[in-house]
Amino acid sequence: MNPDASTIAAGAPIEVDLSPVAEGQDIKVFWRGKPIYISHRTKKQIEEARAVNVASLPDPQTDEARVKSGHEQWLVVIGICTHLGCIPIAHEGSYDGFFCPCHGSVYDTSGRIRQGPAPSNLPVPPYQFVSDTKIQIG
Amino acid sequence: MSGPSDYQPSNPALQWIERRLPIFGLIHSSFVAYPTPRNLNYWWTFGAILSFMLGMQILTGVILAMHYTPNADLAFKSVELIVRDVNYGWLLRNMHAVGASMFFVAVYVHMFRGLYYGSYKEPREVLWILGVIIYLLMMATGFMGYVLPWGQMSFWGATVITNLFSAIPYVGESIVTLLWGGYAVGNPTLNRFFSLHYLLPFVIAGVVVLHVWALHVAGQNNPDGVEPKTEKDTVPFTPHATIKDMFGVVCFMLLYSWFIFYMPNYLGDADNYIPANPGVTPPHIVPEWYYLPFYAILRSIPDKLAGVIAMFGAIIILCFLPWLDTAKTRSSKYRPLAKQFFWIFVAVCILLGYLGAQPPEGIYVIAGRILTFCYFAYFLIVLPLLARIEKPRPVPNSISDAVLAKTGSRSTPMVSTAIVLALAGSLFAGSMDSAKAAEGADKPPGNKWSFAGPFGKFDRGALQRGLKVYKEVCASCHGLSFVAFRNLAEPGGPGYSVAQAAAFASEYKVKDGPNDAGDMFERPGRPADYFPSPFPNEQAARAANGGAAPPDLSLITKARSYKRGFPWFIFDAFTQYQEQGPDYVAALLQGYEDKVPEGVTLPEGSYYNKYFPGHAIKMPKPISDGQVTYDDGAPTTVAQYAKDVTTFLMWTAEPHMEARKTLGFQVFVFLILFAGLMYFTKKKVWADSH
Repeated sequence: MNPDASTIAAGAPIEVDLSPVAEGQDIKVFWRGKPIYISHRTKKQIEEARAVNVASLPDPQTDEARVKSGHEQWLVVIGICTHLGCIPIAHEGSYDGFFCPCHGSVYDTSGRIRQGPAPSNLPVPPYQFVSDTKIQIG
Repeated sequence: MSGPSDYQPSNPALQWIERRLPIFGLIHSSFVAYPTPRNLNYWWTFGAILSFMLGMQILTGVILAMHYTPNADLAFKSVELIVRDVNYGWLLRNMHAVGASMFFVAVYVHMFRGLYYGSYKEPREVLWILGVIIYLLMMATGFMGYVLPWGQMSFWGATVITNLFSAIPYVGESIVTLLWGGYAVGNPTLNRFFSLHYLLPFVIAGVVVLHVWALHVAGQNNPDGVEPKTEKDTVPFTPHATIKDMFGVVCFMLLYSWFIFYMPNYLGDADNYIPANPGVTPPHIVPEWYYLPFYAILRSIPDKLAGVIAMFGAIIILCFLPWLDTAKTRSSKYRPLAKQFFWIFVAVCILLGYLGAQPPEGIYVIAGRILTFCYFAYFLIVLPLLARIEKPRPVPNSISDAVLAKTGSRSTPMVSTAIVLALAGSLFAGSMDSAKAAEGADKPPGNKWSFAGPFGKFDRGALQRGLKVYKEVCASCHGLSFVAFRNLAEPGGPGYSVAQAAAFASEYKVKDGPNDAGDMFERPGRPADYFPSPFPNEQAARAANGGAAPPDLSLITKARSYKRGFPWFIFDAFTQYQEQGPDYVAALLQGYEDKVPEGVTLPEGSYYNKYFPGHAIKMPKPISDGQVTYDDGAPTTVAQYAKDVTTFLMWTAEPHMEARKTLGFQVFVFLILFAGLMYFTKKKVWADSH
């Protein structure tokens, strides 16, 4: 009952052009049926994400470990709440990151869990920068 | 089913079969001669009611499966086509969907009855555990069935429930992938759920056979909890139990029909009339009512894995009940303390169910935790403790003694009643509080709809005027994709003739093709065509309307609702109020205000609407006074337009509504007469046994 060949083939890597996404905006693309949030973070959002005491987080992880160095403004996360799989809303909640309307989990500007029942941070999908304005997810 | 039978059929043909397969003897010993305690009350008819419901679900389900398409792109539409086009499809679907709820109503009564009268105690442990297994199978079947219409709640319910398994350490993720058959809930998930939803009812039927077998070996428990000793304690199953069970079933059918014919959507969720969309989560994901207590337990535990364990534990704990409650006295009738705690436990379950439907915030979270504790405490602390400290009242020597005594020991459990009332009161206060605090929009005012109530009919004039408003105003942005031109001439609709519907259709250009040259072409519409949508696809609709796609209006009056809150939702079940959708649509059309109240900032390209949740709506004020001319002299005001177009949209959402209510009345007349006859037959049969 595992995924069949065509489902796996349709899950091949995709390329996303980032040039139309202005600072402070974000886009949602679908990869393997999952929504991927790509946020172009502002200076303030990056500073907020880095000012936190990592040890105090429920799922400790530095912001540096969640983005690609040299492309700190880009946050790429799978937009599926780690609690029970709803889609969080971007730019909501008290940490200016993501807010899940189902059971009230709040994520920060780095997609890390800060409040609510979710056990871990929003996962970062495998991706790399093909050029400065293009990434390949998968 | 208990041992060999000495039954001999008189007919030689039956004798010939009986010698080779003693099936008539089996039926005779199990359902005719079988001795049943003579003091059983009506709570004991729920076994028969459950068998009836299982049969009903399988029968309607098999027919529905003949018309259903298990494909993510087609499932929603195929369910709508069942309701609209299949002969009595609306009836089949209502019977099946309402049937699931009624099945659970009956199973909960059956389980609480077992709990109250100690039916799980020695020697009925296996019987009880088989029952718990049936209940678990029912939950799985009900959940998968709810996914099949592929609406928003189907999709997101499936997402949330399958994700529960991801909490299992190490293997969780691979189990979830196995359930999905992909990387997320999608078409493969729908296919396997359909397959399992068809399979499991037959597994249930198999376990029911075991359940009945175990019942007939151990014998039925009874309200006094003493085993039958002499023949005076029992009566033959047929005709006594048979007729009583049939009377019970007919009474239950009255309740069942109330929902099938008058309130088919009361037990469902409006969001499930919106097709599944993997990109948008509904603001409140709520499971079907019968899962709510367990959902409340899941949510009240702050840790994910612990929450999942608690939820499943709440059901599994039932299997251990025979060993947790070690009291010798079976029936709570003779256990003064156990009786009180039983009713408190019932209240706890109902309140948990109420909390499961509320947003997980504030007082609800705290209340949920307290009640979750109470739920488990009943099994783990109260029952074991009671067995040690409680002094039960003396139990009658035999069933016939109990029947003859008929002591008027009908003392109302005062303490528990007070507790229930206090809990309900605090809950009411809590819900009032949160209703005030809710960010939500104003409650739409009620309207007098011609189609409301048990004898409601559509106002033909309003339908025709509404169609005109739709065609001249709404149709420029909103589709009506489930409605065909031929529907306009069907009974119960706007009352056009077939020729008028054909003429109406021919005014539209419909895309067809490809022709012999391989090109698409346009031709005039025919009655069989559906209303063409204004945009070729959702993306085009979104792009042309500032990012918010105008929703299709075919189902809008069923897909929109607002929260009625406690206690209104209880009264609604009796008054048959189910016009939240039409009230909301009519209010929305009239809810535009030019002056934005202070303190509200609207995003660019949005308009202020009093009744829209969040108030910022992308749709500009759609209609003004005098915009559409009426030929029949009705006032051309926004209020009248709103009323007419809402009536029309109620008809598009449920074109067979008049047939439903007419048939409902006939069914009720029949059932009431039949129940009366059954009652007097039962009285006659039992005349000598009481």
